[in-house]
This record gives sequence, C-alpha cells and structure tokens, in this order.
Amino acid sequence: MTGQSLSALAIRNLYKSYGAVDVLKGINLEAQPGEFIALVGPSGCGKSTLLAMIAGLESVTSGEIRIGNRLVNSVPPKDRDIAMVFQSYALYPTMTVRQNITFGMESRGVPKADQAEAVKHVAALLQIEALLGRKPGQLSGGQRQRVAMGRALVRDPKLFLFDEPLSNLDAKLRVDMRTEIKKLHNRVGKTTVYVTHDQVEAMTLASRIAVMHQGSVQQFDAAQMIYSRPANMFVAGFMGSPAMNFIPAELGEAAGRPCVTVRTTDGGTAALELAQPVPAGAPRNVVLGVRPEHIYRFSDDLKQRKRAIAEVKAPVELVEPTGAETLAVLRFGDLEVTGRFDPDSAPRMGETMTLGIDMARACLFDPTTRSLL
Amino acid sequence: MAELASTPSIDPEAAAASRRHLWSRFAIYGLLTVFAAIYLVPLLVVVFNSFREQAEIARDGLISLPRTFRLEAWAQAWSTYCIAGTCQGMKQNFVNSLWMTIPATIISTLLGAVNGYVLSKWRFKGSEILFTSMLLGVFMPGQIALMPWAFVLGKLGLTNSTYGLILVHVVQGISFTTLFCRNYYVGIPDDLIKAARIDGAGFWRIFWKIIIPLSPPILIVTVIWQFTGIWNEYLFGVVFTSGEAQPITAALVALTASGTTARSYDVMSAAVLIGALPPLLIYLFGGKYFVRGLTQGAIK
Repeated sequence: MTGQSLSALAIRNLYKSYGAVDVLKGINLEAQPGEFIALVGPSGCGKSTLLAMIAGLESVTSGEIRIGNRLVNSVPPKDRDIAMVFQSYALYPTMTVRQNITFGMESRGVPKADQAEAVKHVAALLQIEALLGRKPGQLSGGQRQRVAMGRALVRDPKLFLFDEPLSNLDAKLRVDMRTEIKKLHNRVGKTTVYVTHDQVEAMTLASRIAVMHQGSVQQFDAAQMIYSRPANMFVAGFMGSPAMNFIPAELGEAAGRPCVTVRTTDGGTAALELAQPVPAGAPRNVVLGVRPEHIYRFSDDLKQRKRAIAEVKAPVELVEPTGAETLAVLRFGDLEVTGRFDPDSAPRMGETMTLGIDMARACLFDPTTRSLL
Repeated sequence: MAELASTPSIDPEAAAASRRHLWSRFAIYGLLTVFAAIYLVPLLVVVFNSFREQAEIARDGLISLPRTFRLEAWAQAWSTYCIAGTCQGMKQNFVNSLWMTIPATIISTLLGAVNGYVLSKWRFKGSEILFTSMLLGVFMPGQIALMPWAFVLGKLGLTNSTYGLILVHVVQGISFTTLFCRNYYVGIPDDLIKAARIDGAGFWRIFWKIIIPLSPPILIVTVIWQFTGIWNEYLFGVVFTSGEAQPITAALVALTASGTTARSYDVMSAAVLIGALPPLLIYLFGGKYFVRGLTQGAIK
C-alpha cells in the first residue's frame, strides 16, 4: 500500500462492459508523478474507452481508478482535477480562442483578474497571443491544436489526458507538434496519459507504454523494453514498422551449441546459432522474431563487430528504396521476410543474398501461447 | 500568328451543342414560368380585388385589371365590417392570432430545442423509443386529437380562450420542433459536450452557452415552420373558440359564410390578405434562412 501514495494515477483491475460485451477486461496501470504514459493499440482495443473512464466520461463497471491516491470511480469529470485534449480538438465553435480558454474557469467561478492572468501565461507559453480574438473556424489545424492544449494547460490539472491529439494533422505538422508536446511536457512536468494508435508517437513521447489489444494490457513497460523484449507476438508485431518478422523454427543443437533451424528457399534448412541458452521449458517448435533492421548483408567485418551473427542465404524478391534506407523482401521457404538495409549495402532484385542475422537481438516465441520465451 | 488566326474558325459540333443548350434553357425557363404563374396569378387577382370597388368587380368580373385604386376595403375589413352580427372588422381576430401564435411558437421551439438536446446529447435507456413515439405526432392528423383536447380544455377551463389554443398548439407542435432540433443536434460533435463537462459546465450551462449559440439555423427553420403552421391553423380555432375569441383563420370563414348581405369581394379580398400577411412577411424575410437552415449541418 505504500507504493500507492507515490502514483499520480492508479488503475486496478478495471472492467468495462456494455451489456454482454466486455470492452475492458481487468486493466492494471499506474503512473508516477510527472510521468508520460502512452496507451497504444489498434482501433477497438479499448484505449479510448479507458481514457474516457479516467476522465469520468464513462462509468466504471468494476475495479478502481485513483487519481493522486483519491478514489474517483464516481467523481464527476469536473471534480477529478484533469484536463483533456480531444482528437477533434472540441473547441467551442461560437466562442473566441480567449473564451474557449476561459470557459472552464468561468464555470468554476475563478475571478476575472485571475482568468486574464492565466490566459496571458498560457498564450505566451503556446505562442497563441495573436489568435486570442479569433474563432476556431478561422484557425489552421495546428493552431486549433495549440488552442486545445492551451485550454487544457490553463486548468493546471493533476493529470493531462490526450486522446489521439495529432491524428487530424498532416504528416509534417504531426511531427512538429509531437516535438512540441514533448517539450511542453518537459517544461510543465505534469502526469500525462496519451492515447494513440501510432506506435511512433508512443515510442517518441512516452516514458512508459501500455500496449493494448482486445480490452487488456498486453505489456506495460519502458519504450525500449517494449521494442526489444516484446511480451508476446501481438506486441512484437504491433510495435515497429515494418513489423517484426516471424519465422517458424525448431530448437536444436549444432556443434554442441543451441540453435534454431529454419527452412530456406532451396528446400533445405539452416541452423542459426542462438546468442542465449535455450529458455527452460521451451517447446521444440518455436517462432523466431527478427526485426527488419537486425538483418544485414553478411560480411567478415560484420561478424567481427557483432557478437552473434547467424549466416543464411535468401533470394531477394523486391527492393523498395526509401532514401534513408532500403527495404527488401527476402524469401525464406514459403515465407516473406522484410529486411531493412543501408542503401550502400542494399540488395539487388533477383540476387541471392547471404544474410547476417543479429541473433543477440532476436526473440523467441511460443507458437501456442504466443508469448515471449 | 497563323495559329492565332485559325482559332476563331467555328467548330460545327460546338455550335450545335450550344444551340441545343440554348433550347433546353428555353424549355426549362418556360416551364418554370408557367408554374410560377400558377402560384402567383391567384395572389395577384386577390391583391387587385382588394383595391377595386365592389361595383366594378360586379361589372367587370373577378378576374380583371383594376380601374380604380381605393383602400376602403382594407379599412372595412380591419375595423368595421360585420361578421356574424358584430361589426368590428377583423382586428380583434388578428390580435388574437398574434397572441396565440407568438407565445405558442416561442414555447414550442424552446421545448423542442431542450428535447432535441436531451435526445441527442444526454441519451438514456429508452430515449430512442421515446423519440420514435414522439415522431408519431408528426404523422398524426390534428382531428384525431380533437375529442381529447375538448376534454382537456374543458377540465382546465380553457375553452373559448387564446390560452387554450396556445396550449394545444404547443403540444401539437412539440413533435415537429423536437424532430428538427434533435436531427440538427445529432450533427454537433459529442466531444464538445465532453469537453464542456470536463470544463465544469452542467446540463443547462452547456445548453445555453454551447448548444443555443450553435442553433440559429435550426431555430429559424423551427420558428418559421411553427409560426406559419400555427397562424394558418384553422381546425382547432374554429372548434374551440367562437366570436371575438376566434383566431383570424376562423374569422375569415365566418366572414365568407355570413351570407346575409350581398357578397363584397373587395372586403373579402382585403380580409384574406390581412390574414395572410404575417406568414408572407415571415417567408419574405426569413425564407432564405429557412432553405439554408434545412440544408446546413451543425458544424462544418
């Protein structure tokens, strides 16, 4: 119970059902004060419902939500000391930017002088002073986004909630605003829960990420752990683009060292030596997970640089240069495997390439439970 | 330069196409003119007759261009013409109609707005069923409700009174105003309501500060619809009121039916126009907002 007093947000065993449909199935999460948590997952995974429940816009079926150690299950949204930024921005269309920002303070009866002071402060922080007299309809997407954040900031809440705030912006602006949100968070230092379906956003912004799927949290961990040690095949496949390659393999031994055997295109097999000992209780058949950037063109130099390089040959079926890197589709038996190469060592179409797979970074999954071994 | 010189030469296919275009234009405008005339000519006849002398109408017939121009018929219709024994013209009935229509329009529109707000933004278990049953009122002819209303007005002691008619028209109009407002408010994003709730606004503050400021297009439609509908309504007026308490529609019928004297078409024409003036003015000034409001969504 001592741990509880430390967290800014604690969610215990939270369920949400609409009739017979369970949308959330036993969510457990917590955020330290000042932490930036991202909820990420495909649409329909329940992440937005979870956020709405934290905000108090949706009722709790069972379980607990605590904000700053106060049980808020049945506290109305306005008394939860939260502020929220919506995907649609939800700016009040008939009010000016200034009125949008002061609406909440007016509802709470904050004195006029304090309101003006707060607006001034927030407008300066977000550089929207020049927009205060305008209506939302006269603003660009990025400006609306800023105003929406201003409306949230002015409240000075315990908890910030963001519901896919960047998904209505074009690609360039999205990256800019992402940086800006990160800077803002560093400056303001408020506990933040950020919902997104964009794994890059989650990775870049959050100190910890909760990956959700079908109403439950698949993994809740630091971004780097989620990426390098995904708890299961869903997390592994969802985080990272292009996605992690899943190659069916068989555990075995070669020259007294543990290895996995995979099928190759010439009809034979290749034994890839593992970097770690085989985990206890692992089944004989496993799934080898390899991220595209851990597949290299084999060279002696590479073998010396990396600790555990496994060698395998594969024909190149398709090459997609993107400028900074070149993606290639490689054939492993009846599987397609994507590799991500430096343009200097990029494969050519039709070439049969000798690949070096960095086995120290590879993951093994149990094909039946789909979880990490 | 040679190229430039060749451009004005006429392309025979383009010329044929533009001729066809011209003919189809003629056909369309011709047809529209005919239909416009069908609606406008009767109005014109009535307007002319209201300024002609009764003797002239008797001599030249109902449909004829006016030779004289006098306002006497209007004055008579307004204040001195005898309807069913009392000779005070239609002014009291006109005032009755205003006293009935304005409050009934305002009250039914406001109730419709609140209903629409609840049924679109504060849905509860069974709210869709409630809305569907309210919609039945849209399709129910007024005469079905005559007997129940007679009973209710009798119990409330509101027969032969403008208040009674206000009550009837408010209740009869709610299904329409609710339908209009609810369908408009459905287009207002729910996120606005959520944001306002987090901002600490309650049910009424959200209604007055966020919903109502977004509502002018649909409120104009509803007001025009209700005003013209209630003003032109006849059945309830003629059944539940008599004599000086009657609205103008009922009085107009009494006027044409009072067949004791020779028919004075000049006064009748003026009376009909007096009765039609308020809705006409509303259409004239509000018509474009009406069309705009019907076709416009809540927020772009």
